[in-house]
Amino acid sequence: MLDTVKTAETPEGVELKLTCVSFYARGVAWLLDILIQGFIIILFLFILPRLGDFGLGLLYIGMFFLNWLYPVFFEVYFQGQTPGKKAMKIQVLLIDGTMVTWGASLLRNLLRTVDFLPFFYALGVMTMLMSRDFRRLGDLVANTVVVYKRELKDNLFLDEKILDAQAQTYAPEIVLSAKEQQTIISYAERQNKLSPERAEELALLATPLLNDLPVKSKQSLDDRVNHSEFPASDRLLGIANYLMGRR
Amino acid sequence: MNQEQFICAHEQQWLIMEVLLDPVLLKDMKEETRSDLSWFKQWRKKRKDKKKIIITPYQKKIRALKLESILNADFPELYREMCHHLSLAQARRYSPYLIEHLSSLVDRAHQVFYRQSHIHSESAFAALIFFFTHQFPQTVRSESRWVWLSSAVFYLPLIFMIVLVQFWPEFVYSVMSPDQVMGMESMYDPQADHIGRERGSDSDSKMFGFYILNNTGIGFRTFATGLMFGVGSLMTLLFNGLHIGAVAGHLTQIGYGSTFWPFVSGHSAMELTAIALSGAAGLKLGFSILIPGRKSRYQSLLDAAKISVKIMAGAAVMFFIAAFIEAFWSSSQTIASNVKYAVGIAMWLLVFSYFTFSGQEKNQSIKHKAHKKELEK
Repeated sequence: MLDTVKTAETPEGVELKLTCVSFYARGVAWLLDILIQGFIIILFLFILPRLGDFGLGLLYIGMFFLNWLYPVFFEVYFQGQTPGKKAMKIQVLLIDGTMVTWGASLLRNLLRTVDFLPFFYALGVMTMLMSRDFRRLGDLVANTVVVYKRELKDNLFLDEKILDAQAQTYAPEIVLSAKEQQTIISYAERQNKLSPERAEELALLATPLLNDLPVKSKQSLDDRVNHSEFPASDRLLGIANYLMGRR
Repeated sequence: MNQEQFICAHEQQWLIMEVLLDPVLLKDMKEETRSDLSWFKQWRKKRKDKKKIIITPYQKKIRALKLESILNADFPELYREMCHHLSLAQARRYSPYLIEHLSSLVDRAHQVFYRQSHIHSESAFAALIFFFTHQFPQTVRSESRWVWLSSAVFYLPLIFMIVLVQFWPEFVYSVMSPDQVMGMESMYDPQADHIGRERGSDSDSKMFGFYILNNTGIGFRTFATGLMFGVGSLMTLLFNGLHIGAVAGHLTQIGYGSTFWPFVSGHSAMELTAIALSGAAGLKLGFSILIPGRKSRYQSLLDAAKISVKIMAGAAVMFFIAAFIEAFWSSSQTIASNVKYAVGIAMWLLVFSYFTFSGQEKNQSIKHKAHKKELEK
């Protein structure tokens, strides 16, 4: 997982994390774009020829722009996202993490022709697999990279139930590393997808955090479950609440 | 300082940043404070407010900001502070949520702060004008060696083929099939009812679209395939040169020159130059890998690509112009041949003088002076 993360350092010394997109998600985005382009062309084919030769002229011009400049237009004016890329929540950025420019976008999309060679993006896929950041030839030349668009997970948009039921927060008694904190938060996010018993079982693994809870034997766990009490997972949720800044 | 104190101390700044990064929100907040809203805007605002039933505490905090503090905020200063806060939060191992929140803000601010914009102009339209009055001809001049090389690969076979076919007519079949030759002959037969590409004006617009789709596409491909060490561009240039030369030579040789040459004279300057320029852009791309000079091969390619894409963009617009002339002027049957020749020569002169004189130093210094004057005011 780590090796798909690329860091771009800003002049202020802050590192931006760019998560590069592999060719599966890009392929789906490309397919969506092709379908949209195809749909528009079919629409044109139905309407424009009725206008006679003038309509045909428009059809040809429309095909030209759809074929060559559709991705450029969207990448420049919609934060590096064509409709297909938007659906896949990915975007094109310059390698330093800034928005893609006209020149770079034009370059990477014109060079699609070479990436397509000798058949169906064979060269493009090969370069993507060989380069570190899944960049096809067009990306390498234009110095762009396709990354997952960063979306902020607001803790307020987490499951309302967790927020209400576990109003209490606990400050952890030991200092937790960033990774440990992240693990606990991930646990809290996924907690409602697990059965309460399984959640409790998992929470029991975090023994150092539960020091004052008398959880010892499996027997006592079963007893408590029968009374619908889950002290360990409640405690862990409380800590998660604390870590996420709800206090 | 623990996390809570840290948030307390700086949250105000983060909220201001949030508003600055969101132009819609900023506009909203500006409108809200104004009392002299028209009835339409008031109505719209009411509708908006109804929609926003769920207001998170975070949004509430943003709404509570004073407008003056936002308007007085210094964005670069604020951005640097935010970077500082993020580094602190990371070093002190504050909660991942806080770090994620801060780094997302910094990320967005970074996008805005380091957006590569045009130095000489504010609007996209002005940038476009500047590109065609200065950048494009300047780039073509500074890369003239590629333009000459590409022209040589394109024009020499073309002329060679014209001359060759005059003496050995059968050589036309070395680059074209008999069917193609027949098609060409019927198109430019002076005896035919529909001379040249005779057609109604409706058909002109159809051909305009077709020329754009076809010719510009060929130009783009000539450029892109240049990435393969220049081979693609060279082949396309060479083949197009031979092909066009064969057509021109053959039609002249069988005596159809009186219909062919007036037809092509008008758009020849734009179209042939555009082909040569696409080739030049492709050659620059390919040869930058082969002959990187003192740079690494990849760096050399990156630098060359930035320049060559400019040439290609300019050439694409030249293809459009050529398509327009070819569809609406060249195809016209009512205009005398001599007029067409004159326009053709004028177009060649125009193209040459554009690339020779446009965007020269003198113009820039005038602009520079005008800019200085404005600054002094």
